[in-house]
Amino acid sequence: MARLDIESLSKRYGDFHAVREVSLQVADGEFLVLLGPSGCGKTTTLRMVAGFIEPTAGRVKLGGREVTLLPPWKRNAGMVFQSYALFPHLTVAQNVAFGLEMRKVPRAEIGKRVEEALALVRLGGLGGRLPRQLSGGQQQRVALARALAIRPDVLLLDEPLSNLDAKLRQEVRVEIRELQQKLGLTAVMVTHDQEEALTMADRLVVMSDGAVRQVGTQRDLYERPANRFVADFVGRSTFFEGEVEAPGRFRTDGGLALACVGGTPGRGALALRPERVGIAAAPQSGLDNSLPGTVEFISYLGALIDIHVRLSPADRLIVHVANRDGAFVPEVGQPVHVGWPAAAAQVFNE
Amino acid sequence: MNAFAVLRRRAGRWALNGAATLSLAYILLPLIFVVWLAFFRQEIPSFPPEGYSLRWFAAILDQRKFVDGFSLSFQVGVLATGLGLLLGVPAALCLARYDFTWRAPLGSLLLMPLIVPGVVLGTAMYVFHVELENALDVDVIGTFYALVSGHVVIVIPWIVRLVTASLSGVDRTIEEAAQNLGANRWVTFWRVTLPAIRPGIVAGALFGFVTSFGNLEMSLFLVGPGRTTLPIVILQYLEWKIDPTIAAVSVVQIALIAIAMLVTDRYVKLARVV
Repeated sequence: MARLDIESLSKRYGDFHAVREVSLQVADGEFLVLLGPSGCGKTTTLRMVAGFIEPTAGRVKLGGREVTLLPPWKRNAGMVFQSYALFPHLTVAQNVAFGLEMRKVPRAEIGKRVEEALALVRLGGLGGRLPRQLSGGQQQRVALARALAIRPDVLLLDEPLSNLDAKLRQEVRVEIRELQQKLGLTAVMVTHDQEEALTMADRLVVMSDGAVRQVGTQRDLYERPANRFVADFVGRSTFFEGEVEAPGRFRTDGGLALACVGGTPGRGALALRPERVGIAAAPQSGLDNSLPGTVEFISYLGALIDIHVRLSPADRLIVHVANRDGAFVPEVGQPVHVGWPAAAAQVFNE
Repeated sequence: MNAFAVLRRRAGRWALNGAATLSLAYILLPLIFVVWLAFFRQEIPSFPPEGYSLRWFAAILDQRKFVDGFSLSFQVGVLATGLGLLLGVPAALCLARYDFTWRAPLGSLLLMPLIVPGVVLGTAMYVFHVELENALDVDVIGTFYALVSGHVVIVIPWIVRLVTASLSGVDRTIEEAAQNLGANRWVTFWRVTLPAIRPGIVAGALFGFVTSFGNLEMSLFLVGPGRTTLPIVILQYLEWKIDPTIAAVSVVQIALIAIAMLVTDRYVKLARVV
């Protein structure tokens, strides 16, 4: 395993900037996840690391070795494809052996390493099957074993779980993460599924429009989003459109005066996480913000209850209440009071 | 209402099966009669047969021109198919994989020999050969190589068509996976792409060979003295005689093609490619 350095990597197709000046460092043994909506450039970035796309500018270094212009077969990066891309005419064992044969590993050792790799993904004994005789989850594990068998410098995962059903996805998520930690793999994964990203990553990179919006741990992204895009994309937020009148004072377009922390005067938005808001039948004392409102909509999500509260004709707030004994759960149409401390909200200037 | 719907569906199925049976009979009946005829004892085909015998099969072997014609057709077919593969498979890869200005017209051009009447094709080639012979001052008209090169033209459409069809079913990421695992373009082609499109190649080669083997119209313009393909031998024989020898020759031909198809089908399911 080795570290991966991406330096101001860009890819342009005519006038379209697929990737703009992306710089990332992945430490040895680190699991980095590129997260973003489709078309944000995350897959293009990954494919440039794998060598399938030639960058317009910038450099890729794998273990300190510059590989920017090397063809894929000279890079030693193991990739797991979204469609698994197993060779349909080869057995599971032959699939896993392919990369080793290309590396001219002696026959006897190939057999041993194939078995090791298959045991690693708990597929021992299925080496003689053809890919089409396996379930989706098993095929996915073969793809993983095949990429690991070559002992790659970096493991690249391109939406590896998106073809699995929801239940299986949760299991495989944990499985891949455990394997990565056990083997100390340097890994880069691309996904649009934030839950997947949050469970698996050491660090996350949020991308949109080809550019990196924020790099950080789960906590960084959730608690201190660097911009409105990240606050919106990671987790849920209510956004109040309005104006920062003075640092610490925000007035919504609906006319609400809200206390906040910081902010420079001018147009902006105030973001609030739904679980940071308290809701009660009576006004809440001791909170910087306490506002009356009316419940407009409730949906029951199991662990959470999602409550939408109308605060003014232009402002609606989402509140999450944990589904516990004694939790205050109002009914639609009921007048309520919501409140939150100034520090719970974040202000983004336009 | 429900009973009516069931009735309608059943009537529909009957109509479909009936139409299919009729079409199949339309295709098969002449073949059945030819096979039947080959075993008639009398020289002038007439119904009902006076008796049955295998003498016409023996008669084939007594006449050198049938044996020679068969051998020539076979050689031409094999050679034309081989050359057709060398040209057609890369052409199909190119058409399926790369987007270039003349792709669509080139694709149509390569399939054209399927549509152009054999006589037209033959005339065009004959004229071309005459010009070529005049220009280069070497023998072209009526040579074995001229015949083979003509047949390559009618073999190529089958190979291009069937290989293109099988390529469209191949997930391109398996090639990327191979490269990611350390295979260069060449190894990727041999170890991954080629096995994936093998059904298309085998089927294309088979159909190309059958087309070449049975071609009459175009070959009429390309053969030279003492060098006649089997279909032409049959035609010439028919001008003088109508004894069941021809039927026997046809039976041998049908049997060979049927065997080739059955053997191929064991390795590659033809129904999946064609």
